[in-house]
Order: sequence, then C-alpha cells, then structure tokens
Amino acid sequence: MSKFKKKKDGGVPAVNTAALPDIVFMLLFFFMVATVMRQNTLMIENNLPFADQVEKLDKKDLVMYIYAGKPSENYKQYGTEAKIQLNDKFADVKEIAAFIAAERASKREELIPFLTTALKVDKGANMGLISDIKQELRKVNALKINYTTKKGSVFGRD
Amino acid sequence: MAKRASPEVNAGSMADIAFLLLIFFLVTTTIETDSGINRKLPPMEESDVDVVIKQKNIFTVLLNGKDQLLVEDELMELKDLRQAAKEFLDNGGDRTCDYCSGKKDPASSDNPDKAIISLKNERETTYKTYIAVQNELVAAYNELRDSRAQSLYGKSFKEMEANYNDVNWPGNKEKLKEQIEQIKLDYPQKLSEVQ
Repeated sequence: MSKFKKKKDGGVPAVNTAALPDIVFMLLFFFMVATVMRQNTLMIENNLPFADQVEKLDKKDLVMYIYAGKPSENYKQYGTEAKIQLNDKFADVKEIAAFIAAERASKREELIPFLTTALKVDKGANMGLISDIKQELRKVNALKINYTTKKGSVFGRD
Repeated sequence: MAKRASPEVNAGSMADIAFLLLIFFLVTTTIETDSGINRKLPPMEESDVDVVIKQKNIFTVLLNGKDQLLVEDELMELKDLRQAAKEFLDNGGDRTCDYCSGKKDPASSDNPDKAIISLKNERETTYKTYIAVQNELVAAYNELRDSRAQSLYGKSFKEMEANYNDVNWPGNKEKLKEQIEQIKLDYPQKLSEVQ
C-alpha cells in the first residue's frame, strides 16, 4: 500500500460555474442602467430618411418628439394620409401648441430655452404637413428643431 | 456536542433568473441616441422693413411636387447640388474675401457673408427629397468650413466641434471656442426657407 495514490486518469474535471451568476448579474446591471424604455407606442409608419450631415441629439430629457407618417397596418381605419402623432395618439395640427405647452410645463423653467423639437417623420410624407407643423411651432416660439434621420448617404436609396 | 450546520440555500437557479432578467433588458435596450439635422426656425414677428438683397447674392433652390430640382433657373441633379452651392458660396465676387478660393465671378455672390441660399418647396414635395436637399446644402457649408479650419488651424471643423464637446479634451476650450466662432463667422450658414 503506497502513500501516494495514483491519480485517476481520464475524466475532465467539471468547470466551476460558481462565478457565473456574478458575471450575469454584472451584465444585468449594466443593461438595467443603460436601458431607456420606449416612450411612445408608434401608430404610424416611421421609416426615417437618410442624411449624413447629422448632429447627435443627446440629452433626451430636453427633446420633444413629434411623429408623423401614414397610419400603420393596425390603424388603417384612420385612412392612408400622413398624420401627426403626439404622445400615444393621433393629433391634429392645432393640437401641437397645446402639446408644446404641456411639455414645457413638465420641465424645469431654466431648461425651457434649451428644448428641442425632434421631428420624426416618415420619408414618404409630403412637405405640406411638415410646413404646417413648422408654422405651428413658430407660433408657439419653439424654434429649435431637429429633423431626425438615419445616418447614411442620401444617394441611391428609394 | 455536534455543531448543527445551517442548511445551505441552493443557489443553482440564481443564474437562470439573472439570465432571464438580462435577456429582458437586452431586448428592451435602445442605446443609440437619435441624430439628425438641426435647424432653427425664423421667429414669427413680421418685419415691415424689406431688406434689399441683390439677386446675384441669392442662390435659389426650388423643389417641385415631383421632387425635381431647379437651381438658379436650371434643372439639376441632386448629386451636383453640393458642388454648385459650394461654388456659389465660395465665389467672392467683390474681392473682399481673401480666403475664398472661388472663381471671383462678378455675376455670382459677393462674399460668403452676403451669400444666401433660398430653399423653396411645394406642399407635394416628399420629405425624403427635402431632407436630401437640406443635407446637401448643409454639407456644402460644412465642407467650406472644414477646409477653412484646415488652413487656419490644421484640423477639420468637425474635429474642433468634437473636441469642444468632449469633456476629456485637454486643450484650451476658450481658445477653441473663439476659433470655432471665427470659422462660423467666415462662412455663416444663411439658409432661408420660403413659406
């Protein structure tokens, strides 16, 4: 009988997975912190146009979103003409003023001059609607706007 | 006396729960920020004073309902617009602009400060084309500013702005801001839209 036992050969030792939950938790916390939940449910088609001279629109709390486009598949009863969507419902051009006022009221007073209106408009919409929106925005003195686009060349897309 | 060991909690399924949450947050995350073309609308008050602008200082861009482009009374393809706008802005017809590299054609714009691009569109114009035209016009300004910045400070305008917005940039921000303002002054973005 020897003091030194022969090692059993063969059989890969099981990998220790005790630290796996820790790693997963780390990832989990990262995504929890980085997540921004979608604010609005879109009821319109929102296929943004392309542009390459774009500037970033950070500070999400200082942005008011106005969506426009054709009603999407589930909302066909509202017709096929491009419509405006504010928050979660379709709106008329005249409601923009009230919407801007409500958004402004929800922000701190000193931030109001920095508010930007982001126009997220489907690329198939026509400019008549946009002109109306812009006119309304001018009336309520919300002059900073941003045409939200995807990043990419403007050529060769249809 | 035997020590009574507290029974160990089985944590084997903790990883599964964490994975479940992780996948939920992975799916709902939108990390990318929006980007787009920033514009400033003109204020509402109507000025009664008509500012007289020489016709040669205006670069008219018309977009009709069929998405065709009419630039300075000539049909033009979208791909030529950027170059045409650059030539117009950089013309320097009255020879006061010593950094302009244009043709100094007296029939075109006097200097970048006076040159105005006027964009008019119909109600039927599609948004996509409008954005493409806006993009090309902004690109013309940006390219001119870039080359001006390159010759003055040895870096592009985009780089300067990126540095200015970067919190960790080690250089002198005050000076950089002055330089940026200078370039903006050299090529002011005068893009007017006709209602």
